[in-house]
Amino acid sequence: MDVWSSLMDGFATALTPLNFMYAVIGVILGTAVGVLPGLGPAMTVALLLPVTYALEPTSAFIMFAGIYYGGMYGGSTTSILLNTPGESSSVVTAIEGNKMAKAGRAAQALATAAIGSFVAGTIGTALLAVCAPIVVKFAVSLGAPSYFAIMILALLAVTAVLGSSRLRGFASLGLGLAIGLVGIDSVTGQRRLTFGQPLLADGLDIVVVAVAIFAVGEALWVAAHLRRTPLHAIPVGQPWMGKSDWKRSWKPWLRGTAFGFPFGALPAGGAEIPTFLSYVTEKRLSKHPEEFGKGAIEGVAGPEAANNAAAAGTLTPMLALGLPTNATAAVMLAAFTSYGIQPGPQLFSSQGPLVWALIASLFIGNFLLLIINLPLAPLWAKLLQLPRPYLYAGILFFATLGAYSVNLQAFDLMILLVLGALGFMMRRFGLPVLPLILGVILGPRIEGQLRKTLQLSAGDPAGLWSEPIAVVVYIIVAIILAWPFALKLIKRNRPGKKPLLPANSGAADYSD
Amino acid sequence: MTIVVGYVPTPEGEAALTQAIAEARKTDTTLLVINSSKGDALVDNRYAQDSEIQSIEDRLATQGIKHVIKQPVRGHDAAAEVLDAAEEHNAELIVIGLRRRTPVGKLIMGSVSQRILLEADCPVLAVKAG
Repeated sequence: MDVWSSLMDGFATALTPLNFMYAVIGVILGTAVGVLPGLGPAMTVALLLPVTYALEPTSAFIMFAGIYYGGMYGGSTTSILLNTPGESSSVVTAIEGNKMAKAGRAAQALATAAIGSFVAGTIGTALLAVCAPIVVKFAVSLGAPSYFAIMILALLAVTAVLGSSRLRGFASLGLGLAIGLVGIDSVTGQRRLTFGQPLLADGLDIVVVAVAIFAVGEALWVAAHLRRTPLHAIPVGQPWMGKSDWKRSWKPWLRGTAFGFPFGALPAGGAEIPTFLSYVTEKRLSKHPEEFGKGAIEGVAGPEAANNAAAAGTLTPMLALGLPTNATAAVMLAAFTSYGIQPGPQLFSSQGPLVWALIASLFIGNFLLLIINLPLAPLWAKLLQLPRPYLYAGILFFATLGAYSVNLQAFDLMILLVLGALGFMMRRFGLPVLPLILGVILGPRIEGQLRKTLQLSAGDPAGLWSEPIAVVVYIIVAIILAWPFALKLIKRNRPGKKPLLPANSGAADYSD
Repeated sequence: MTIVVGYVPTPEGEAALTQAIAEARKTDTTLLVINSSKGDALVDNRYAQDSEIQSIEDRLATQGIKHVIKQPVRGHDAAAEVLDAAEEHNAELIVIGLRRRTPVGKLIMGSVSQRILLEADCPVLAVKAG
């Protein structure tokens, strides 16, 4: 079998001592940033990107894969022990997880989260290995018009579906697309948005943009809100589960996986919706509905499985189509480009060994997370006692070093500061960061497909809907855009339904 | 006149509080309980939570001691907060708890007790955990 032998080759690459070491480093680093609210895997990958230029691309991506899965995993620890979600995808986990911890069942909550993540991550990665080549087969037949349509769909869906305010989402997307436009137009050679500054002609380096928005923006934001009343983390020993916990957990794990993977794989992915769906489902199906709201283990098991399966799902469009739908995948895509690797459907054929090593390292990372983190849970909780000035000083140091090392130009540090201030303002005014990053990364690629389409049709805009798939995608786009208005109409006729989650469910994190 | 006690939810802190209650009862003065945090970390186990503060409140009330409990989070270290409070309320006595520190730990983190002992303008009573 083709997939099987490629995957085995991938394992052979990923299990060399050096690559295995990078996987361990990635997993530990990823969990650490996942545990700390405000820091996320996307920021970490962006910070490490310049540092890893000296490495083989394969080693770098194996480390990034570890960071990605580790970040998903680490968020749950903070949710459960502190009731502050470390990641936006663990908001739902906090609902039941923290109640369990308060009732003295923190060890069981952590265990079901860890084992559920492992189960869902493993199934999700297996599905990724099976699905991605199928998607590729379908994708190579697509022409530029369809690509353009699918990318538009991904951008609009991420902007409109996730987050609380569509207006803010689109504002952020617009900012990102504008930043992506800076530089020389690849077709006509005209300068765009360079303000006569020759150093801007090459465009803004994506590493500088990502580091500025994620790291500098967050550091400024934390500096502006440095002092807050400290909390106590609920003390916990070694996570473990009893027989009845296993019995009540395994079905939610599998159902969570079933929710998570497809949602992650859709271009409108993200882990928030499936975690929430999983929670609602478990609440309805549970044999102990009276325990929900007081710490039901199903309410931790399901959503945690869902967010890890979604993390695996998100990699399907990223690897098969070059379409990222969360911040970490977007930064990883940027990493491909900075290694001179062209993302897209050709990736599997042109960089087969790298891609399969990456997928194999996801399996390995998952396993490592389980065996490293079950015993280390109490240690991760200690990480939260780290004074933030030390932490953010370190991050700013790496951010500056990274931004400077990309081109060795002091001008990049100016851009870092300006965009860092922009990142701060976005947090201040509640603009989501993800659409901006996607806009910066996907913007130039979308433009490329648009130009190609228009060149093929000799400038006739009808070329944009010349492929049937493009037409279908545009219809979906129209539905997504019209949906809230339709919903408003329905609500007007049927008023008085309460929202299921409180509006401010406490996601202090923007980095996905 | 008041007695200022630096409180942390640890055995040393409890010992200091117990001693301070005894002193306050002896002289019938107001007891000012200070429990502070710099507030720069997400989790600080030396910052008492509401339930702990409530139990101290109850304990002082049942013993009939005039008291004020303060929990400043202003970015200052605990020594500065205790010394500030002592100066502001013209304290006659500061009570603190001591714990054993390694020389390296003291070098890196500094010592709150040492600063209070050296810089206070009033007598300082230092107690160890029973």
